Amino acid sequence: MDMSVINSYIPLYRDALLLTLRIGWQGVFWAFIIGLGCTLIRQLRIPVLRGVVTVYVELLRNTPLLVQLFFLYFALPKIGIRISAEVCGSLGLGLLGGAYMAETFRSGLDNIAPVQEESALSLGMSRYQTLRYVIFPQAASASMAGILANVIFLLKETSVFSVISLMDLMFTAKDLIGMYAKTIECLTLLVMFYLIMLLPVSLLGTVLERRLRFAEFGN
Amino acid sequence: MQSLGIDVLLKGSNFLRLLTGLWTAVRISLISVAISIALGILAGMLMTSKSTLVKVLMRVYLEIVRIMPQMVLLFIVYFGTTRVFGLNLEAETAAIIVFTFWGTAEMGDLVRGALISIPRIQYESAAALGMSETAAFRYVILPQTVRRLIPLSINLITRMIKTTSLVMMIGIVEVLKVGQQIIEANRKTSPNAAFGVFAVVFLMYFLICWPVSRLAARLEKRWA
Repeated sequence: MDMSVINSYIPLYRDALLLTLRIGWQGVFWAFIIGLGCTLIRQLRIPVLRGVVTVYVELLRNTPLLVQLFFLYFALPKIGIRISAEVCGSLGLGLLGGAYMAETFRSGLDNIAPVQEESALSLGMSRYQTLRYVIFPQAASASMAGILANVIFLLKETSVFSVISLMDLMFTAKDLIGMYAKTIECLTLLVMFYLIMLLPVSLLGTVLERRLRFAEFGN
Repeated sequence: MQSLGIDVLLKGSNFLRLLTGLWTAVRISLISVAISIALGILAGMLMTSKSTLVKVLMRVYLEIVRIMPQMVLLFIVYFGTTRVFGLNLEAETAAIIVFTFWGTAEMGDLVRGALISIPRIQYESAAALGMSETAAFRYVILPQTVRRLIPLSINLITRMIKTTSLVMMIGIVEVLKVGQQIIEANRKTSPNAAFGVFAVVFLMYFLICWPVSRLAARLEKRWA
């Protein structure tokens, strides 16, 4: 292992990490918004839109992100829809994540016994209060593990961005290996940078999951 | 309106080639899933082991698999081994090694979850009824564990199939790669073929994964 090589590569990897993080978190943000929107549509049982949500969730959950990105980036321009690589990355990640989040939120809500809602209502709480003080805290605690697993999954999935020529960590590693053949150094850095990116999220997940378990009651 | 590539797919053996590419990806995932399930059951038992050392080791293994993108693992095994050990791994072998390494950890975690989800009272009742430990495991614990596991393992199959799309990155000619080749070959006559071809690839993945995940969901509901 050549330390001088590693030192000279670090800035390149750092830039790639920043790009990966930026697009990754944008994707996670959109995933939350889309997931919440879908959950709202499902909970309020809005006709038509409900069907759209079901089709969307099933389509996105049952295809690989790689194929979705190929479609967004290479196929859509052929029918006149041109999206930049970066937008493609965060949009693709957001669409994929939205489908996963919608499922996670739903299973969180499904976990709450109907008696909880009925009891709250019969205690004279309004619909809003029931949602705010009874349903939501329990659903949030029940879905927390799933939400964090989704976030880690999405950040990991960013590793396919190189196919739409985004200079992410994978792209940088592949590029450097191709040019200078310092395979071991490049791969070591690749692993280290993914650890830097994902280990904190994973640890946060463990901590949050423990802290939020207090809300588990009634089942 | 120019053609969007459906005609290209109908030309010659193009559609058949796509299907062959798809089969390459599916074959890799089926082999990996089969090995993963077998090894995963073992890993799951190790994860519930009473020895702290074994537990910690398994935990580290699971964390590595959870944190490292499969693509990174693929690169390490495919490019790294050649470099370090001078081994010349076939791309497909490298892929199967990586997906098995990943799948075993995931399956192990599922097995662990299923094992610890069996309430203690089940073990105690079996013992109180005079069942030996083996009998209790065979007739009480195992049937319940298997019921919980089957839907989850089926889900693992769809996840595996979706993940194998990555193998194109280490040069295996699977469905996306074939799609690219078809598009390149017809660039002149049908410049918009990318739309049709990638839409079809998208649908192909959906048509494989969707029925499988529906089956898993139905079994989960029935056996819950």
